[in-house]
Amino acid sequence: MRSKDLAQIALFAALMVVLGFIPAVELPLAPAPLTSQTVGVLLAGSILGARRGGLALLLFDLLVVVGLPVLPGGRGGLGVILGPTGGFILAWPVAAFVVGLLTERLWHRYNLGTALACNAVGTLTIYAIGIPWSAVVAHLPAWRAIEVSAVYVPGDIIKLIICSVVAVRVRRAYPLIEART
Amino acid sequence: MIELSGVRHRYQDREVLGGIDLRLTERRIGVVGLNGSGKSTFARLLNGLLIPSAGTVTVDGLDTRRDGPKVRRRVGFVFQDPDVQIVMPTVAEDVAFGLRGLPKPEVNAKVKAALAEYGLSGYEDHAAHLLSGGQKQMLAMASITVLNPSTIVFDEPTTLLDLRNRQRIADRIKTMPQDAIVISHDLDLLADFDRVLVIHEGKIVADCLPEAAIEKYVAIAETT
Amino acid sequence: MLGLHHPGHSPLHRSPAGVKLLTLLAVSTVVFFLEDLRILAGGLLLAGSLYAVAGIPWRTAVRQSTAVVPVTLLFMAAQWVLVSWHAAAAIGLRIAVVVLLANLVTLTTPTSDMITAVERALGPLRRFGLRPERVGLAIALTIRFVPVIAEQARLVRQAQRARGVRFSLAFLTPLLVRTLRMADGLGEALDARGWESSAQ
Repeated sequence: MRSKDLAQIALFAALMVVLGFIPAVELPLAPAPLTSQTVGVLLAGSILGARRGGLALLLFDLLVVVGLPVLPGGRGGLGVILGPTGGFILAWPVAAFVVGLLTERLWHRYNLGTALACNAVGTLTIYAIGIPWSAVVAHLPAWRAIEVSAVYVPGDIIKLIICSVVAVRVRRAYPLIEART
Repeated sequence: MIELSGVRHRYQDREVLGGIDLRLTERRIGVVGLNGSGKSTFARLLNGLLIPSAGTVTVDGLDTRRDGPKVRRRVGFVFQDPDVQIVMPTVAEDVAFGLRGLPKPEVNAKVKAALAEYGLSGYEDHAAHLLSGGQKQMLAMASITVLNPSTIVFDEPTTLLDLRNRQRIADRIKTMPQDAIVISHDLDLLADFDRVLVIHEGKIVADCLPEAAIEKYVAIAETT
Repeated sequence: MLGLHHPGHSPLHRSPAGVKLLTLLAVSTVVFFLEDLRILAGGLLLAGSLYAVAGIPWRTAVRQSTAVVPVTLLFMAAQWVLVSWHAAAAIGLRIAVVVLLANLVTLTTPTSDMITAVERALGPLRRFGLRPERVGLAIALTIRFVPVIAEQARLVRQAQRARGVRFSLAFLTPLLVRTLRMADGLGEALDARGWESSAQ
């Protein structure tokens, strides 16, 4: 790994921390975490690619586990991971990796449309891991867990549009991904 | 001694440096040139931060292509933007960064000496990013000298500083025991150097004493 | 938040970083499952008194913890509306306890000690190809980047306001490009300062 890669990985982990200070205003009354941090997850994958993006989120999750209050509302520690929203947090590195992988494959054809597709798959990845996890931890039937998570959908759609627009612009200004076929 | 032979460097299909042969032995060497002339690339070739597309750069006989780490221990580098070169959160930790692996008392002694040398005693636990621009550049120099290089390359060390801080850094560069290679637009800084190179469009167009070199540089600036 | 070391010689300053981190990990896990407001309030009191033991001025303590206040209030409001005041109070207290303790650990532990502790804990993963010292450096860089990003965000917003742009998401693009450029510069600086990557 080059030193630059290491610095970029740390940069996106730090971006996650900063995003944790910003409440996601579009969903002020959602029952569980209000977060802008999914923006950081999708951007890490879209801008750094699979490997570096996934590692950036893994690094961030390590900070969470160590107990540093880097999640919204100053949460952190194993308790959060073991709690009902823990699956979402563990899903982030996977989602960043998936988004990165798709972005690398589509790099030559990367535009708003393909960016939206990549980020949508990333968001679905987060649901696919986070929702079953919360069903198990909170002893909810699966359909009920899906219902509860439905409150996130409008916000997540807005977030994935924002990320796609930004990712396309950053690609033009400062491309860092190498295409993979 | 740093030696360049047949050095060329290109980014994609654009040649930024072409055909450079030099032996750098003087204590104080300045490098001037317009923006985009290839100065920064030249600086980064000297300690292997960049590897030339063709030709070789050697430091005391070590090829930067093969012995990057060893070369960088001999040739330190201070960047233009003091903000990018601070690695650790506090001043003392930042100076200690390059010394990992040494016993703690030795690290502490070296850090203390380096901070004293650069006027930063008492700032040990200060947040590095909250220092003034001049102090940050001093910190960068302290962090590099602690690694004990024989030469330090400066890439426009005073460009982002105010007049007072510029003066401090300039004085420090003049008096420090290490050899210095200074890339700069700051012609006063280079006035009593031993040798000044003028780079224009990727070539060395003058290599002489400061006065003549600066004259040449001013002429280039006026005609292009 | 990811605050800076406040030097001192209290028992808290002297205890090893690994012990403090493990305790923090344990406490933050337990607190997460606590519901009883009296126990939580007791925890808060205890956390507060530990600041006194460490000799941290209250000003420093408050300054360290203010960043999480807006988000916490939002959380509490949501809980109040959707569940009960009891749930709101519990979540507020939980956050307060964990944030105060986590900040106490950062205030009494030099970053480099904290990183050494994490590196040691990750040591057994070496056989899977993990390089703990790289993880340690990555954590240090993350901590260093947090204030830098916040500062750059402020500058980008100012620049946009100067050009008559009110807050807009256009703000993320220049912020990312600027900070990515800084990251690349930092990567170069790491090499210049003798941090050698395996590629070379």
